Amino acid sequence: MSLVVFDRVTLDLAGRTILSQASFAIAPGEFVGLLGPNGAGKTTLMRAILGLVRPREGRILVSGAPAAPGRGGIGYMPQLRAQPDPRSTGWDLVSGAVDGHRWGLPRRTARAREEVAWALDMVDATAIARRPLGELSGGERQRLLLSQALIGRPKLLLLDEPLISLDPAHQRGTVDLASRLRDELGIAVLFSAHELNPLLTAIDRVLYVGAGRAVLGAVDDVITGPVLSKLYGAPIEVVRAGRRIFVVAADVQPPSTACDGPHQEPARARL
Amino acid sequence: MLAYDFMRTAFLASGIVAVLSGLVGYFLVLRNQTFAGHALSHVGFTGATGAILIGVPSLWGLVGFTLLAGLAMGALGEKLSARDVAIGMTLSLALGFGLLFLHFYTAFATQATALLFGNVLGVDRAALASLAVLGVASIVALACISRPLLFASLQPELAEARGVPLRLLSTAFLGIVAVAVSESAQIVGVLLVFTLMVGPGAAARNLSSRFGAGVALSAALAVAEAWGGLVLAWFTDWPVSFWITALSAAVYGLSLAAAPVAAARASARRLGAARTPGPGAASVPPDPHRRFQADAAALDAKLD
Ligand SMILES: Nc1ncnc2c1ncn2[C@@H]1O[C@H](COP(=O)(O)OP(=O)(O)OP(=O)(O)O)[C@@H](O)[C@H]1O
Ligand SMILES: [Mg+2]
Repeated sequence: MSLVVFDRVTLDLAGRTILSQASFAIAPGEFVGLLGPNGAGKTTLMRAILGLVRPREGRILVSGAPAAPGRGGIGYMPQLRAQPDPRSTGWDLVSGAVDGHRWGLPRRTARAREEVAWALDMVDATAIARRPLGELSGGERQRLLLSQALIGRPKLLLLDEPLISLDPAHQRGTVDLASRLRDELGIAVLFSAHELNPLLTAIDRVLYVGAGRAVLGAVDDVITGPVLSKLYGAPIEVVRAGRRIFVVAADVQPPSTACDGPHQEPARARL
Repeated sequence: MLAYDFMRTAFLASGIVAVLSGLVGYFLVLRNQTFAGHALSHVGFTGATGAILIGVPSLWGLVGFTLLAGLAMGALGEKLSARDVAIGMTLSLALGFGLLFLHFYTAFATQATALLFGNVLGVDRAALASLAVLGVASIVALACISRPLLFASLQPELAEARGVPLRLLSTAFLGIVAVAVSESAQIVGVLLVFTLMVGPGAAARNLSSRFGAGVALSAALAVAEAWGGLVLAWFTDWPVSFWITALSAAVYGLSLAAAPVAAARASARRLGAARTPGPGAASVPPDPHRRFQADAAALDAKLD
């Protein structure tokens, strides 16, 4: 049975259609890269899987049941907008997620401690968890947030742009870590990013969103001129250089949707 | 000084109020909502003066008005945060109405001073009972929501995804803040609510980064400041509220000075731990940005 099913789903935000009639299915244990230009709806798609955005049409099933908030089984690492409180420690952050939805006093039961210790250990963050978040580097904070997503032993990890503001070495480290978690825990990973290349070694398939559409498939089937041209609404060429893939605007004129389309300035804009 | 009934009542009342304010204030600081506490106290002034005008105890006017305003703020949520001007206008209007109500009330000056700057020595037995009942009810309510509140304060998106009702939680919290503001206003007055609600919480957060220790410290500091204020007022005959503000400012100032020391001690502990690295510690890459990040955090802390 598929872990996540989108069945002719239309998503609206504030009266605008973000995704229309999208259908795809993610299998258990699969590592899927979620790609698309800014504002294409990557975050919205993840929030829909969490049940935080209701589809206007169609259905979203997670483990066979309609998506709803608080159903469990999903670990989520939100796209960082505001920094989490710089004076709290990583331990506070991660332990807050243990039973954080239940009413009552924050309790540090033996079971909770075990769970936090396990989640920190999975991402090698035990040593940094005692320090205030404000003292940590972006990469270290990222590991703590990833650790927090493991609380509750989910079957699916939604990682929203974990590579943002990381240098290439730490980007690789984060992708490898997500990949290792997938292998060791057997959980599916949906990993959104702006660049395909750092993900190439890890992903099984790619889910590309753009122009209200979503296409899920193998990299070789999705990252092609014709498919991406449809998603961008502008002519796109795909250039391969060794093991790397570059997505290039094919026309010389800037496309009408310049801000949503691929960048023009570098001769080859990577996605 | 404890031989006098009014002093015993004052110690009890300020103790109850300080515990509540310290606990609530810690969350206010954690959630960056100190402005809400300030705003609610202004609204409370109108409620209190209105109550006096129609002959009801001022505490009930305070609680009624701040509670309504707090629940409304919670229900409006983020829509409110983008409306500084509208909030400012509403607050000024509230104070204006408060002034009008006082104008109609003949015992103008003493009442106004008591409301604005507090009058803990004037708390009577009936008021003490009300403070105790409201205080205990608020602390119980805060205890009930504290776990999801902490979670939602640190990680709102994640909390929402786990099914925490953010809007309900924020509304309930502001309701508790409203009661705490009303109680604090009885001790230090509506203008000085900040001193008892935000001062101890902010100082506690400078002194400890651990949640449990921080909350306890915040309540303890608030009680120490309130009782210290009473004692100092007894010996100097200066106003209690002045001494509480002075102590609160002094404690906050000391906590700023102590924060680097606390941080240094924490990092010394870490260095000790790093000398005997576990299997996980070895793979942590050295990070040249860390020093900068620490500096930036220290700068942030100063700007707060
Ligand atoms: N709360 C909201 N109300 C209305 N529109 C929204 C809201 N949040 C996002 N949008 C719009 O929905 C679209 C999709 O946003 P979303 O955040 O899902 O994009 P994204 O692919 O995650 O972008 P990015 O790569 O910048 O993170 C955007 O056009 C955005 O302007
Ligand atoms: Mg996004």
